[in-house]
Amino acid sequence: MPSAEIPTIFEYLRLDNRFPHILCPGCGIGTVMNAMVRAFIELKLDKNKLCVVSGIGCSSRIPGYLDCDTYHTLHGRALPAATGVKLARPEMEVVVLGGDGDILAIGGNHFIHSCRRNLNLSLIIINNFNYGMTGGQFSPTTPLDAIATTSPYGNIERGFNVTEIAKAAGAVLVARSTTYHAVHLKNMIKRAIQKKGFTVVEVISQCPTLYGRMNRLGDAVKMLEWMRDNTVSVAEAKNDENKITIGVLWETEAEEYLAIYQRTIKRAQEKSK
Amino acid sequence: MELLSGNEACAIGAIRAGVRFFAGYPITPSTEIAEYMARELPKLGGIFIQMEDEIASICAMNGATAAGMKAMTATSGPGFSLMQEGIGYSCMTEVPCIIVNVMRGGPATGLPTKPSQGDVMQARWGTHGDHPIVALAPWSVAECFHLTVNAVNISERLRLPVIILLDEIVGHMREVVSLPEKVDLYRPPKPTKGPDEFLLYDDDTNYDGPVVSFGEGYRIHISGLTHRKDGFPTNDPATIAWKMERLRRKIEDNRHWLWDLFYTDLGSETIIVCYGSSARSAAEAKKIYEKRTGKSIGMVRLRMIWPFPYERLTSLLKSAKRIIVPEMNQGQLKSEVERAVSPLVAVKSVNRVDGEMLTAEEILDAIG
Repeated sequence: MPSAEIPTIFEYLRLDNRFPHILCPGCGIGTVMNAMVRAFIELKLDKNKLCVVSGIGCSSRIPGYLDCDTYHTLHGRALPAATGVKLARPEMEVVVLGGDGDILAIGGNHFIHSCRRNLNLSLIIINNFNYGMTGGQFSPTTPLDAIATTSPYGNIERGFNVTEIAKAAGAVLVARSTTYHAVHLKNMIKRAIQKKGFTVVEVISQCPTLYGRMNRLGDAVKMLEWMRDNTVSVAEAKNDENKITIGVLWETEAEEYLAIYQRTIKRAQEKSK
Repeated sequence: MELLSGNEACAIGAIRAGVRFFAGYPITPSTEIAEYMARELPKLGGIFIQMEDEIASICAMNGATAAGMKAMTATSGPGFSLMQEGIGYSCMTEVPCIIVNVMRGGPATGLPTKPSQGDVMQARWGTHGDHPIVALAPWSVAECFHLTVNAVNISERLRLPVIILLDEIVGHMREVVSLPEKVDLYRPPKPTKGPDEFLLYDDDTNYDGPVVSFGEGYRIHISGLTHRKDGFPTNDPATIAWKMERLRRKIEDNRHWLWDLFYTDLGSETIIVCYGSSARSAAEAKKIYEKRTGKSIGMVRLRMIWPFPYERLTSLLKSAKRIIVPEMNQGQLKSEVERAVSPLVAVKSVNRVDGEMLTAEEILDAIG
């Protein structure tokens, strides 16, 4: 009886003609896709009621490989597009994926306003500190002094603190993980999907082909080891402030957009009687 | 009978045509459409959302239509410029939507409260890449209603964005109108094939084949990348050529029933070709001229300016001695009229770009 079996990741993938994928060897984006699909399985999401939305960039190519409704939108515009989908089909689970350039630079305005609006969407930001698809330019998360093709003498801009922005702008759950912590990452994505309201998971990921090579950070394994050695869980974070904190960084309760909208409909209808 | 503005009639037309989703951003002189939608859509269980900018508005609208709703946005010049990439996305993904552009003076912030017909060419060529477009131009409050209903039906049938070009005069003008409660609506066919065989972009005959949205169990992929019949990206030259030809032909092959124009007195020596609010001045000029001279003036009024009815105008205007094209711009549609009739007939433009309405006298001066 196949229906009684536990689904495998293959059931959520378009295996017939979409593979091999376009990602570089050692790229972290495949790990995020893997963790995300495993979160879908554990949450028993119906793939006929699931829509994964993305913008443009390396990370944004993931939806093409997933066997659910998938929406590959314009650069930076995944969040407003997902907003339209969710409002039209509130019964669907809508997950949004994007890179640091896509979500935080060209889509930065949509990012903060989506946090503020608090529609029930889950946003996964794959932060690999540069624009990969266009060949390694600096992004809003590239650290000061880092080398990129458009900062050949070192980046003169400071990077964003993604999770602090999300928190300040009104997201109800903000988490961070890395591609080294694959199981932890899956759990963070699960938490984000389960939470009602707008949730953000920042995933620190490696781009060994561009950012890693230009900044002499070693190969993919070296970059993953760096994540292992330079991260600390929320519980232990106070002891070591020089490390990147992972886990659920912020959680609060706020009424979700569509719940408020339902009340608005009621009010409008009563008034027109 | 009700006293309505063009903007309100536009919103009412959309609602009667089944639009239940509106995403927009405030901008003069289109804001009354958003305000009307904010008030009325919740009563019908529909969605009104004010987005953070016009780019977000058109993308949210594209998302809602991809998920099966009929949707609309309304804006003006600067907002229309910001929406161009999203309009191109709607063309490429073949997901319908309605964009109302209540034209005001430009470029840049220009004249927020004053009329213009300056976006005729932006409507045609505003997006990057190659594709035709459908754009309508009502001249009265009643037409704002009827053309919006038409726009929704065209958009649903051919799966493309439809632009409605109002201008500040038509949008803010009030007239007493009687609008029908019920309108004829196009209903796209449902697929006969299951999710495994269904292709999103399969129908190359009439381009009005079955339609599937997110959430219907078909697990579709919608992408702005140039794609195959199944929606997935391609770099294959033959497939790219097929897609581009499809975007062109779905308007080109349907142009004869799309074209929407009125004409009268075509036997006259002088014929005015006009659209939108400047057509009102043209009608007035015609009346005065005929009273003064006892001679008639012909008039062709375009309710659909894109696709432009070249062949139709060529045959309608072949016996004219001269053609006058009054426009509140520097002569945008005049060149298209010239393409239809030159070198047989001389085309003269009457233009005004100072934020004031073209007057009948100015058109009469041009007639001489």
